[in-house]
Amino acid sequence: MEARSGKKIFGGIAIGKIKLYGKAENKVVRTRIDDVDAEIQRYEEAKAKAIEQLNQLYEKALVEVGEANAEIFNVHSMMLEDDDYNESVHNIICTQNVNAEYAAAATGDNFAEIFANMEDEYFKARSADVKDITERVVTILCGGAENSDIGDEPVIIVAEDLAPSETVQMDKSKLLAFVTRLGSANSHTAILARTMGIPALIGVDYDESWNGKIGIVDGYEGKFIIDPEMPVLETYFKKKEADDAQKQLLLTLKGKENVTKSGQKINLYANIGNPGDLASVIENDAGGIGLFRSEFLYLESENYPTEEEQFQAYRKVVETMGGKKVIIRTLDIGADKQVDYFELDKEDNPALGYRAIRICLTRPEIFRTQLRALFRASAYGNLAIMYPMIISVDEVRRIKEISKSVKEELIAEGVTVGEVEEGIMIETPAAAVMSDELAKEVDFFSIGTNDLTQYTLAIDRQNAKLDSFYDAHHPAVLRLIQMVCDSAHKAGIWAGICGELGADVTLTETFLKMGLDELSVSPGCILPVRKAIRDTE
Amino acid sequence: MKSFNYTITDPVGIHARPAGLLVKEAKQYDSTITITRDGKSADAKKLMALMSLGVKQGDTVTVDVEGGDEETVAAKMEDFFKNNL
Repeated sequence: MEARSGKKIFGGIAIGKIKLYGKAENKVVRTRIDDVDAEIQRYEEAKAKAIEQLNQLYEKALVEVGEANAEIFNVHSMMLEDDDYNESVHNIICTQNVNAEYAAAATGDNFAEIFANMEDEYFKARSADVKDITERVVTILCGGAENSDIGDEPVIIVAEDLAPSETVQMDKSKLLAFVTRLGSANSHTAILARTMGIPALIGVDYDESWNGKIGIVDGYEGKFIIDPEMPVLETYFKKKEADDAQKQLLLTLKGKENVTKSGQKINLYANIGNPGDLASVIENDAGGIGLFRSEFLYLESENYPTEEEQFQAYRKVVETMGGKKVIIRTLDIGADKQVDYFELDKEDNPALGYRAIRICLTRPEIFRTQLRALFRASAYGNLAIMYPMIISVDEVRRIKEISKSVKEELIAEGVTVGEVEEGIMIETPAAAVMSDELAKEVDFFSIGTNDLTQYTLAIDRQNAKLDSFYDAHHPAVLRLIQMVCDSAHKAGIWAGICGELGADVTLTETFLKMGLDELSVSPGCILPVRKAIRDTE
Repeated sequence: MKSFNYTITDPVGIHARPAGLLVKEAKQYDSTITITRDGKSADAKKLMALMSLGVKQGDTVTVDVEGGDEETVAAKMEDFFKNNL
């Protein structure tokens, strides 16, 4: 028996056979051919098939992981239709009398190198796209099937990393869990795992000899156990049974109201970080989206996302939610979320540094692009905008001035703009203390308890040495929450929580007593919190 | 030949997606459309050549249109740049 730990992507228990998943390597051999026309014909047929595959992948990805993630397949098929690329393949076949596999591979290498030598990081990265499309055509020419067949029995997929085209193609009914060595919490594998609600771990250092052995993925504890001994296996079978039963029980809560026994109601919304999470938002019956972190658009891209790209992503979310409230938080880059192309300086205290609204107010061109996209998307559903890391009334006034001018600019251009609530995150002690003044300026408050707790207690949550000092239920934090809630109600606006504390069911009763109007939690926590609300007197 | 200059406002420049759109647009017309930046040129109907110009935000490109329908095509291309780049 062996065990490894990894980063948790999605909770749940999976027990089954381990299948090592690797890319198929095509060996291209240069051979002489006599019939040049027939060879060109072979290439054209393979190319047409590759484009057909890419179009199918686009359609599949559109449904499963959303438009922003699906777009890559469109770009790939356009690259395959490029005149220069195709001319080069034809040329090599004709002038050297060689096979199509060799001509395509050589062309791919040449074009990949052109991009690899470019200065700009964005264009440099396109080199991988050229290699990917070439690989696709060569695989077809070699008669190889795409390596997406994972067999007939349900398996735990273990891989170095998974490309979007690979994950999208796998048969979902045969996937028990994902375990990868590379990838990030924002990677395509992670999105897919969360969307499908299957256990997943990343950052796992695996051994190839595990192929075919029995494995256990514990998505709650971040553990991967290989070849488990009988007692361990039995324990996990029981855990899985209990987990399944819990999930089953929670399903009975779907469609029920978030109301206490004495009739007090509260809104229960979902926190998401990507349009890919929408499936689980709907699956878990959220009343709306209380926090949509817009960072994914910036983190997953190699350069500033355009207004159009952002607009499409926001529109998809508000449309999918069909009139339910969607609160989108403007970009919160900085601190622990770094993006290369922002070219931010290294800081000694990033959590107290240049981040979130502070970037937006000093680099208004980035802020205005995002606001334009948000206001445009507001015409397609019930969209609200939330500004992070606020410390003063003055900041809020400056934000409102910018947002007002963006809105007027759009209206002057003839663009339809919907009714948009604008609110702020309360995550600094300064904002909590000033909440009575701030409440006069905005439409709602959402309390970010993670940062509020860290700033109030002066405790870095990443520092394990401080665990004995850390108290998630510290009375100072609870008093600040009460204060924010009271300030909001005095000014006639609503207040909610979108931090992790909102999902802490030992505090649900306290929050109801405080009079909070909304709790926003990760999709998987909605039904457990609903249960806690319904169990409260 | 009809020509115009355009300064790119899109924060990432002529990246994959708008380059793809530009190619689709250009392929509708018979005229030859050439994009030039810093002495390097690319045919607007060729995606990879266009992308390998590496045009970024703030760069000024010259667009040359040559052919029977150059008047209308130049106007349409100018609209396209304004709307997408």
